[in-house]
Amino acid sequence: MSYSGWETVIGLEVHVQLATKTKIFSGASTAFGAEANTQACAIDLAMPGTLPVLNKQAVHYAVMFGLAIDAEIGKESAFERKNYFYPDSPKGYQTTQLEKPIVGRGNVEIKLADGSTKNVRIHHAHLEEDAGKSLHEGDFRHGVSGIDLNRAGTPLIEIVSEPDMSNAEEAIAFAKRLHSIVTSIGICDGEMSQGSMRFDVNVSVRPKGTSELGTRTETKNLNSYKFMEEAITKEVERQIDLIEDGGTVMQETRLYNGDTKVARSMRSKEEANDYRYFPCPDLLPVIVSDETIEELRRNLPELPDARQARFIEQYGLSDYDAAVIGSDAAMAAYFEIAAAKSANAKLAANWTMGELAARLNSQDLSISKSPVTAEQLGGLVMRIADNSISGKMAKEVFEAIWAGEGSADQIIDARGLKQVSDTGALEKMVVEVLATNQAMVDDYINSDETKRKKKLGGFMGKIMQASKGQANPQQVNQILAQKLNELL
Amino acid sequence: MSIERQEIEKLATLSRIAIGEDTITEVSQRLSSVLELVDQLQAVNTDGVEAMSHPMKATQRLREDEVSEINQREAFQAIAPDTEEGLFLVPKVIE
Repeated sequence: MSYSGWETVIGLEVHVQLATKTKIFSGASTAFGAEANTQACAIDLAMPGTLPVLNKQAVHYAVMFGLAIDAEIGKESAFERKNYFYPDSPKGYQTTQLEKPIVGRGNVEIKLADGSTKNVRIHHAHLEEDAGKSLHEGDFRHGVSGIDLNRAGTPLIEIVSEPDMSNAEEAIAFAKRLHSIVTSIGICDGEMSQGSMRFDVNVSVRPKGTSELGTRTETKNLNSYKFMEEAITKEVERQIDLIEDGGTVMQETRLYNGDTKVARSMRSKEEANDYRYFPCPDLLPVIVSDETIEELRRNLPELPDARQARFIEQYGLSDYDAAVIGSDAAMAAYFEIAAAKSANAKLAANWTMGELAARLNSQDLSISKSPVTAEQLGGLVMRIADNSISGKMAKEVFEAIWAGEGSADQIIDARGLKQVSDTGALEKMVVEVLATNQAMVDDYINSDETKRKKKLGGFMGKIMQASKGQANPQQVNQILAQKLNELL
Repeated sequence: MSIERQEIEKLATLSRIAIGEDTITEVSQRLSSVLELVDQLQAVNTDGVEAMSHPMKATQRLREDEVSEINQREAFQAIAPDTEEGLFLVPKVIE
């Protein structure tokens, strides 16, 4: 089957959990990981007689997002009720915004792998409440589901894009960009594995060159970029195959299971999607004053673009390094501490993006949960930069810090890992190794130029072995070349 | 504007309300009269009148973001039909 005659149209709806201490309409805590239903109060449980009171911080965070994407701010916004029955929503409706959202039209620029940029228009972003969680598995009796309402009422902004993306790469670049923005301005912790950001992907296809939109499907609740890519690729292929086989795409909601790599239809929109919205009588219009908007604008934290530019300017990072570190708020903060402590920003950047990031990835940890603190990494980088330890020793020290054995200096001391950089001592070592390996030396002298270069490694190995790995390899290399040359 | 039997049935399903065969005609008539009122309202010329999101001339008060609720799970679950390990139990729901 060929897909080349088709083009894809993608729009995203992104749910961002706001980093408030309490729920959007109640004073119950939003801390992650609490025991089930211990953070669900009478308001969250929709007990009769309760009334919602809007969280000021949630409103401010939403406005900050609007300012960050240069959007119109809804100075007067209002809440609606979206009615549906599901046990994780005790009220029987979700309090959300429809007619007058708090954030209007805006723009997000994405950068693509080929270096080009593309503008993705934001249709609007609105405030709403999260639902609880249904647990279907576990030890419950047959035929029941367990409901945890700790998450019910957690403030969200739902960011709705225009259908401006045309492939998975663009959709993921957009998702990453939003992640970068909301974490940079501190309105979301960005912990995707905990559901802090969740993506609904609207996909349709149409014959290349046509302008009418095809029927779209919505794949809901993707919480990783990888799943997003897989879900989009599969859905595009499914739709094209379907149409080419003479079928019709149905407007429906789909779920993608990242473990089994299978998507399935959740419900057909036409039968269920009648939410009977109406203005929420419990909540009055929300007014955000010009003074508040200006104050939030003045105090808006550094945005990713500005930070990347500063990293190039202030630390001399390459464009690439500045983009990688500067787009991730947590990584950027970590790097700045490590750079200050080590007094060697470039090396600190290499270690942050290299060894540390790889290790965190392999353990599926976010940088904020890193067992190696930024100060500790900075301390390690400082010892590499001043030649106290070699790169190889540094990896050993890094592992030890990771394992909780203390700071770089403590570990270097405890393990006797000092790198020998004293020229006199190194010369003595080289001379000794040459003297005890006469056959190798003869072989070296009798070889031609190109072969000699390869044979250098053999001597290096012997010397590093003799020094128990503590000799400074760059210096040994120099001294060795010089001593061998003298023999020619 | 009158409301069809089919729409009544759909609304009943969406609202999880059982409407008996004997009342369906009455419900239909009542809802139709509500819709007639809406028709009347919609016939009014509202050019230049800004839509209101709330009938009261007041604005929403905002609450400081401070935890003010304590854990009352035991009290709430004491009046729940069924619970286990801190969870509320409901008939199995899988879409």
